[in-house]
Amino acid sequence: MTLGILKDRKDQVVERINGNETVSCSKESLAGAVSQRACVFCGSRVVLYPIADALHLIHGPIGCAAYTWDIRGALSSGPELHRLSFSTDLRERDIIFGGEKKLEAALDELITRHNPKAAFVYSTCIVGIIGDDLGAVCRKMTELKKIPVIPVQSEGFKGSKREGYFAACKAMFTLVGTKEPENISPVSVNILGDFNLAGEIWIIRDYLKKMGVEVVANITGDGRVDDIRRCHGAALNLVQCSGATLDLAKMMKEKFNIPFLRVSYLGIEDMAESLYIVADHFSHIDKDIEEKTRQLVKTELEQIMPEIRKIREELNGKKAAIYVGGAFKAFSLVKAFRRIGMSVVLVGSQTGTDEDYRELAKITDPGTVIVDDSNPRELSDFIVEKGVDVFVGGVKERPIAYKLGVAFCDHNHERKIALEGFTGMLNFAKEIHNSVTSPVWKFHPARLSRVEEKSSEVCCG
Amino acid sequence: MAENHVSTTNACKMCTPMGASLAFRGVKGSMPFIHGSQGCATYMRRYIISHFREPADIASSSLGEKHAVFGGAPNLKKGILNVTEKYNPEMIGIASTCLTETIGDDLKMITTEFLSEFADLDLPHLVTVSTPSYSGTHLNGWKLAVRSMIEKFAGSSPALTADNTINIFPNFLSPADIRLLSGIFREYGLKTMILPNISDTLDSPSWREYINIPEGGTSVNEIALAHRSKASIEFGYFHKGESAGSYLEENFSVKNYNLLPPVGMRATDALLSAIEKITGLERPQRFVNERGRLIDSLVDGHKYINFKKALVYGDEDFVVSMVSFLCETGVKPVIAASGGKADLRKRIEAICKGFCPCPLVLEDSDFDTIEIAAADIKPDLMIGNSKGFKISKKLGIPLIRAGFPIHDRFGGQRIITTGYEGALSLLDLIVNTAITTLQEETRVGYGYM
Repeated sequence: MTLGILKDRKDQVVERINGNETVSCSKESLAGAVSQRACVFCGSRVVLYPIADALHLIHGPIGCAAYTWDIRGALSSGPELHRLSFSTDLRERDIIFGGEKKLEAALDELITRHNPKAAFVYSTCIVGIIGDDLGAVCRKMTELKKIPVIPVQSEGFKGSKREGYFAACKAMFTLVGTKEPENISPVSVNILGDFNLAGEIWIIRDYLKKMGVEVVANITGDGRVDDIRRCHGAALNLVQCSGATLDLAKMMKEKFNIPFLRVSYLGIEDMAESLYIVADHFSHIDKDIEEKTRQLVKTELEQIMPEIRKIREELNGKKAAIYVGGAFKAFSLVKAFRRIGMSVVLVGSQTGTDEDYRELAKITDPGTVIVDDSNPRELSDFIVEKGVDVFVGGVKERPIAYKLGVAFCDHNHERKIALEGFTGMLNFAKEIHNSVTSPVWKFHPARLSRVEEKSSEVCCG
Repeated sequence: MAENHVSTTNACKMCTPMGASLAFRGVKGSMPFIHGSQGCATYMRRYIISHFREPADIASSSLGEKHAVFGGAPNLKKGILNVTEKYNPEMIGIASTCLTETIGDDLKMITTEFLSEFADLDLPHLVTVSTPSYSGTHLNGWKLAVRSMIEKFAGSSPALTADNTINIFPNFLSPADIRLLSGIFREYGLKTMILPNISDTLDSPSWREYINIPEGGTSVNEIALAHRSKASIEFGYFHKGESAGSYLEENFSVKNYNLLPPVGMRATDALLSAIEKITGLERPQRFVNERGRLIDSLVDGHKYINFKKALVYGDEDFVVSMVSFLCETGVKPVIAASGGKADLRKRIEAICKGFCPCPLVLEDSDFDTIEIAAADIKPDLMIGNSKGFKISKKLGIPLIRAGFPIHDRFGGQRIITTGYEGALSLLDLIVNTAITTLQEETRVGYGYM
């Protein structure tokens, strides 16, 4: 298991033996290791971007804006300002003389043109170096344009994606509590850490509605500035995703005393569990909520299970690899794969924490490789070594899988198919089944060589 | 018309280091390396993978806060060592970023220092290029990277006798176009040095086992002999200091032919004439036939497309060459827009002369400005990359996809536009797009023509 692992990364790769393993993590990416991670800016951008009626202005040279233009397709039921890409497009003269004037002028024209409810101004690497005072410009423009203009301190080099999440949470937190939280039910929540990819937040909102739970703010999928401003009126925060919005929940707990629950909407077990803990939380107010939830789960399961069982028969015994951004999602995926008869032999994340990896070691099978902040070379080696049938990751992992003859499921934020909720579990099973059962693998040289190796093992052993 | 905006909305360009990374991908055993924060490399990889559907490893020096303050040299050196250990490349192509240019990292100095520090190791060639993203676009980055490789390697092997090889600096064309072009030279029986050659490295077959660096590309040894080639042919517009062909001409007297990318009849004619002028060879019958078929098809299709108005957008070389082709078909380019700058108006005017009026030329532009112009001028079709889809959908204008990036369709790496063959393939698309519109908009059916 030491193929292609750089020595500085050795303790970030662990084979699970007894479930007590730890993985070294939360380190800066190693230079030259071709990390799959992005940067601080990326973290902030993905968290805030689905807020659909806000202006998202990227202060920097063009690349950061060009590469994040509507990359994730987070859906909105109304305005779609978030799907445009705004940049100050800094040039050499701005670098020399400073970009503040250009930023001011850009905000002025864009706010006039688009009339947003708020503006987020993202700082990029260069802004941190040339020393533009983002805060001062934002304060000035807030006053002038009469909307919140919020700086996001997301200079790319100042950490990893996780620091970007934190910067985004800090930016959003300046909005929370700035509008009266009137007419909000005592049985109410904010949904944190769901980005409405392929309409997923609408699935979750529908479940909550059936349980009689009011959703005050979507944070941030199909998000609205005014909802966030009054979301301190909700009774509970539901936090999904590894930490993207956890900091916001903590800030709200401290300032507004709103409790939070960590949830996951992926896979049958975690989806149901997430609804049950919400029901439990509100059972002292609504006596029927637990029964309503049980009914909901029962009905949903009845709809999906026959097909999932069929799929399971065909996928039974196949092996999966998981490499995702946040480790929390990996927990759910490990369980979801068991549900369709598959075992996970490789699991990793870009930004997992010590706690996350301990949990992964606990829930995975012996022999599973657990990796932090991995790279194409390592992932490829493990795919081959472990004889993986399907790889779950993002678009960056897709060609690794395909070149090596391995099926693939896009479970990143660019996915086009809803994978959350009970319907999402069925979609997930179909996705895996769709790729694994394709006849194309029969022709793939890497798969043929696996078959050859196997048959030579049989004849020689 | 579009007002003069301070900000950019929906950029019609990418950043400089992106182009450099792509160009470095076209060298055998080469690993692109971005000196900057980790995000740059990752974002570019993500962008490249979606178009080519190929692995696109780009290393990064992954600078953190302390490096931004104290300089990125230690991380760059560490990164080079790690890439060397893991990928065993023949060359590492290092591009700077806005961050490292602004903190004052001098790539040439750092790599020289590195090579002397680790002189006892078997190290890959290190090529550096200065590509601050606040200066120019991806296309400038591409050209600068090619120029830096030529400056670094050409002439480093002793010039024996002059060779009959022709240097080709194709600029940013698809892998399929590079294969097509190299086929043209093969037909003449000529040897070529294509820099970069992404035909295999960014469009490779399935693997049997893990491959560190995609196979294919032009080797450093071949580049090192570029100074004794018979001539160079380069496509596109080059700002001062960007042209590898000019460098070879100025320093090694290798005659440089600067041509329009060979899209359409005239530009392909010009390419073949240049080849024949350089070599004295006769035109192979194959091209006579291909050209004849193109004319025949232009005639067959002309009534469906004459006077159709087209919006062309993308990188500056793509736009000029596509406008040139459209002129020949009867389609009237009405808007020619690019996020780059390359003296576009003057060149497009010259190209349209005798065919059609000069279109509205938008230079250093963005999709917002393009949309305003399109809503006003109402073109019948659009030709360009995927990023025009929103305009296409909003204004109901059919979009023919070509260029980079193609993120919303399959096969972007295999689109051909060059040579008579490429022109024919484009013509089919354009005529069929026009017929599709007719079928949708009229009751005639166009079922039997």
